[in-house]
Amino acid sequence: MTGQTESPLIEIAGLTKRFGAFTAVDDVSFKVARGEVLGFLGPNGAGKSTTMRMLAGFMTPTAGRASICGHDVQADAVAARKMLGFLPEGAPTYPEMTVLSFLKFVARIRGYSGGELADRVDHAIGLTTLAGVRMQPVETLSKGFKRRVGLAQALLHDPPVLVLDEPTDGLDPNQKHEVRTLIARMAPSKAIVISTHILEEVDAVCSRAIVIANGRVVADATPAELAKRHPSGKLDDVFRALTQPKAA
Amino acid sequence: MRNTLIVARRELGGYFATPVAVVFIVIFLALQGVLTFNLGNFFDRNQADLAPFFNFIPWVFLLLVPAITMRLWAEERRLGTIELLLTLPITQAQAVVGKFLAAWAFCAIALLLTFPFVITVNILGRPDNGVIATGYLGSLLVAGSFLSIGAALSALTKNQVIAFVLAVAVCFIFAVASYPLVTDFLSRNAPVLADVARRLSVAERFQSFTRGVISLRDLIFFASFIGFWLFLNTVIVEHRKAD
Repeated sequence: MTGQTESPLIEIAGLTKRFGAFTAVDDVSFKVARGEVLGFLGPNGAGKSTTMRMLAGFMTPTAGRASICGHDVQADAVAARKMLGFLPEGAPTYPEMTVLSFLKFVARIRGYSGGELADRVDHAIGLTTLAGVRMQPVETLSKGFKRRVGLAQALLHDPPVLVLDEPTDGLDPNQKHEVRTLIARMAPSKAIVISTHILEEVDAVCSRAIVIANGRVVADATPAELAKRHPSGKLDDVFRALTQPKAA
Repeated sequence: MRNTLIVARRELGGYFATPVAVVFIVIFLALQGVLTFNLGNFFDRNQADLAPFFNFIPWVFLLLVPAITMRLWAEERRLGTIELLLTLPITQAQAVVGKFLAAWAFCAIALLLTFPFVITVNILGRPDNGVIATGYLGSLLVAGSFLSIGAALSALTKNQVIAFVLAVAVCFIFAVASYPLVTDFLSRNAPVLADVARRLSVAERFQSFTRGVISLRDLIFFASFIGFWLFLNTVIVEHRKAD
């Protein structure tokens, strides 16, 4: 492995977010090095998206800090965001824009122009197999295509850090497979965080998994280690045991 | 600056990709036409100027400008695209100014399309085209002032109707601030404020432009007025973006 001496590309320390009396994310800390694909697991409402929003610098943490490639996401926001490809929850895009004009807009903001801009956009369209719909307004696309437009936008500048909030949500099994293959292919050169509640996805692409429940990290291990925590050896059972209130 | 213009370009493209642009421009031109020629007695006055046209501008903008600005931020928040926009490598100020410039450029386009009024009055008589030019400059500044108010208020809510109503209400305050209704009331109850209200009146400042007067004071007023609201817009976006 080459990642031994390099400092982690993502560092989160004591990240906390409170909304009034409700604590959505409670003292979450982890690091992700180059070559790692971190699966971020948890039930709905556990704080996955909130953590990712703080990591992307969109939401201001109540306490703690996050940095991307050594740039603090709050104090040095623009530098951190240059290193980041972010797919927000629900993959929002401007509905009236065509796929091509939307990706061109993102490429311009990312500082590309001329031939390089066209190359970047073509490359991103190729990676996410959007060539057939490039001239269509985003609002006319199916959920799976919209998700891929969001993904194309995040991959466009080949960032060292990728934060993808539910990248395969709404995709059919073939598309899910494509996206997972794509993530696996990019993995060696990047630090990747994906949130999901599909456990097979963790087995398929993640080198490490963090389980979060009620805003707290309840497990941080490789998928194989995690599976051993339950006699059945199934991630499903481990997930349920970790995230359900201890009533039964 | 580059990022600001990229944001502005995308935003302006958005107006023309939807029926918003056409509907707005058609209604604006129709409204200005009806008001100028009918209510304004453009022909009966028998004077070669555009005074009736400019008299109605602040009132038409009062109604239509919030219709442009209501979607600026409320729509981004509703669609979630604000999360995308503000995690791109741009500052919030660049996003705020970019969106404002797009809306302002759009108003400028609508104003440019009123050129038949200028042609008409030039065919019928010999107007002072300098006064007409300052009138247009004043109109653009009034549009900018109302836009900056509307944009800031749009960042407060996800709901476009609320954004619209709030913007009309606040713009109305700055439009009527110099009217006797307000100043009489204030001078009776709080004389200090009456003077402040007169100075803050967008409509009063606009009047001097329609008379052909461009004063540095008025220009500074409009620049600081717009600057203030854009600053407020940035602060609101910062605090409310993730709610």
